[in-house]
Amino acid sequence: MSWTLSNLDRIGELTLNHVRLSIIPIIASFVLSIPLGWLANRNAVLRSIVITGGSLLFTIPSLPLFVILPLIIPTRVLDETNLVVALSIYGVAIMARSAADALASVAAPTLDASTAIGFSPAARFFRVELPLAGPVLLAGIRVVSVSTIALVSVGVIIGSANLGYLFQNGKQRGILEEVVVGILISLILALVFDLIIVGIGRLALPWNRDKPLRRRALAPTPLPHDSEAPVLTGASR
Amino acid sequence: MNLLLGALAWLVDPAHWVRGSQSPLPIQDRLLEHLAYTAIAVVIAGLIALPLGCHIGHTGKGRQFVIGFTGAMRALPTLGLLFFLLMVFGYFLSFDTAPLVGATIAFVILAIPSMLAGAYSGLESVDRQTIDAARANGMTEWQILTQVEVPLGLPLIVGGIRAAVLQVIATVTIASYAGLGGLGRIITSGIGLNDYDLILGGALLVTALALVVDGLFALAQRATATRGLTDSKAARHRTAASRSSRPPTRENA
Amino acid sequence: MIEFRSVTKQFPDGTTAVQDFSFVLPSHQTTVLVGSSGCGKTTILRMINRMVEPTSGQVLIDDVDVAGQDKVKLRRSIGYVLQAAGLLPHRKVVDNVATVPMLNGVAKAEARAAALELLDLVGLDRSLAERYPRQLSGGQQQRVGVARALASDPNILLMDEPFGAVDPIVRADLQVELNRLQRELGKTIIFVTHDIEEAFTLADQVIIFKKGGVIAQAGTPAQILADPADDFVASFIGADKGRRDLFLQQREGDRGLTLVVDGDGRPVGVLEPGNAPSRPGATA
Repeated sequence: MSWTLSNLDRIGELTLNHVRLSIIPIIASFVLSIPLGWLANRNAVLRSIVITGGSLLFTIPSLPLFVILPLIIPTRVLDETNLVVALSIYGVAIMARSAADALASVAAPTLDASTAIGFSPAARFFRVELPLAGPVLLAGIRVVSVSTIALVSVGVIIGSANLGYLFQNGKQRGILEEVVVGILISLILALVFDLIIVGIGRLALPWNRDKPLRRRALAPTPLPHDSEAPVLTGASR
Repeated sequence: MNLLLGALAWLVDPAHWVRGSQSPLPIQDRLLEHLAYTAIAVVIAGLIALPLGCHIGHTGKGRQFVIGFTGAMRALPTLGLLFFLLMVFGYFLSFDTAPLVGATIAFVILAIPSMLAGAYSGLESVDRQTIDAARANGMTEWQILTQVEVPLGLPLIVGGIRAAVLQVIATVTIASYAGLGGLGRIITSGIGLNDYDLILGGALLVTALALVVDGLFALAQRATATRGLTDSKAARHRTAASRSSRPPTRENA
Repeated sequence: MIEFRSVTKQFPDGTTAVQDFSFVLPSHQTTVLVGSSGCGKTTILRMINRMVEPTSGQVLIDDVDVAGQDKVKLRRSIGYVLQAAGLLPHRKVVDNVATVPMLNGVAKAEARAAALELLDLVGLDRSLAERYPRQLSGGQQQRVGVARALASDPNILLMDEPFGAVDPIVRADLQVELNRLQRELGKTIIFVTHDIEEAFTLADQVIIFKKGGVIAQAGTPAQILADPADDFVASFIGADKGRRDLFLQQREGDRGLTLVVDGDGRPVGVLEPGNAPSRPGATA
């Protein structure tokens, strides 16, 4: 415990930075995945483009992606922006599939009824489809959140100052405690983010509360590799 | 663009494929190392996760555990886990073997959740009525598992293995940072020598490896899904319908 | 014969599906268990091949308690047909039919040959043998299901609403086919349905159930139609609206035709000379 206590401010700094680096990809994934999900539901061709594209991007391991990205976007490998963009790409890859499924899961009779009542297409999308797709979107964002937080630490290899530094420094200097603290904080962050997201979900989707958790709600969220049905993957890349 | 061409040139330069060169060369050695680490870890993880996942999928017990477990494992930072295990094993294993053992265990731990989830969800995806009919026809539980559940659940099981393999390939890449071999060595050497050809070349290699492996698995998944299975939408509707109409009476195992 | 002695079934969640059911189901006859959803008829059926175990009481086949027998062997010796056919989607039709014989160790070629004959028996073209179940229509799949159930030449055939998922025209066809088969084979058929018309079409003996597996009335179709035991039975068979009592009428201007009318005077049909088949599908 001694090491921890004498380095609290450094740990705090790194944690804050870690949080900062995680938030943007999570939000970006959510926002970008919705139009992509909508596109994917238009027809089968678009669906396979979106999902295959997402799957391919998700397949690229993290370190190579950090390195390759500067060729395509005007960043350098060691830039923080580079890291954030890479994480966002992973997040979108995960969420696009989720969003497509979420929008597809809204019952057709409900949509029909809304149009008949007089919702314009845009209003119907934002006020009926999106909210009803909410629960599945929520599940997807929870996966993205957890994966992103875990993945940020890999960024230390390209010089990012986050919790990954604790792993690297701890190993270099032989301080096991440092590594353990890094892991613990990382897990706690993931938990906190998850609780916040679930809380937002409760506020935004009040009709979903007190629903007995049916089998579907407990079903694993599909990740980009599945052709047909859900598979959970383990930790980040 | 120049950078890309430079890296590609570096990759195809025959000098870099000469046996006996100094690390990080030759390329094929690193490639083989990478594949070897991956294969060993996936096999070990598979021996643990696949039977367990099949058991949970067949009996239906432990679902909550699987879901919770895979969710929690997703939160584990790979670098942290890797370094943690390397250090722990460094305490009581020699300098050479510690990285190998520690890293392999890390790879196994990271590969298990995907295969577990794949096996479990694959078995769960099988139509309950088909299983009920099989049981009523006099198949033993083992026969139901091997002749009905596994063949029909194979696409998802393979999907789980696919995700696990890619997970390990990615982690092996990072593990080079901790002193292991593999293609990641090329990248980290490049970082150390500030040689961008090496960095990008290594990155392209790993990416190519991942895409090829993923592609092969995708084909395998497609292959296991043929042979008379209904298309997924119809199957899902039927499964949903059969679930709501009558709870299968499970008194029979 | 199949005997139920004071059989009760209570599920873990507290529901009592079957309350003290005792009955003897005769051999070589078709007994139809009929009632609305949740009355316990399927549970009773599934206790015969031990897919459900009774909470108390005994089920005996030919005076031997099924509880004492090996479940797997028992099930292989009883044919079972369910609503969605439950065919193995990854096996061809012929292999599906040959499932139980192969489980019993019969050589593949032999089992397949026998399977082809069974396809003939249930009225399916042999060209369907090499197809997969999903390439068949619902009615064809059900016939395969019946063929599969007959593959091990069982004495007992259990059928759980097998024709429920097909459209009425196909269902009528299948009922006729089943009667024809029964003529030929003389199995002990226990058939579950919620459709009283189907029950009357197929049964030698009908048991009408109330909730909890309680027998409302048991008897031949004629006995039940002639004399419904209580209001429940009367309304179940549609007798309360006078539709089941038929009378003969000769009206002026009909020139000797005899009209058959129901209790309200609604014409149902015309009286024909000669005898109808004893049941649909039977040759006169």
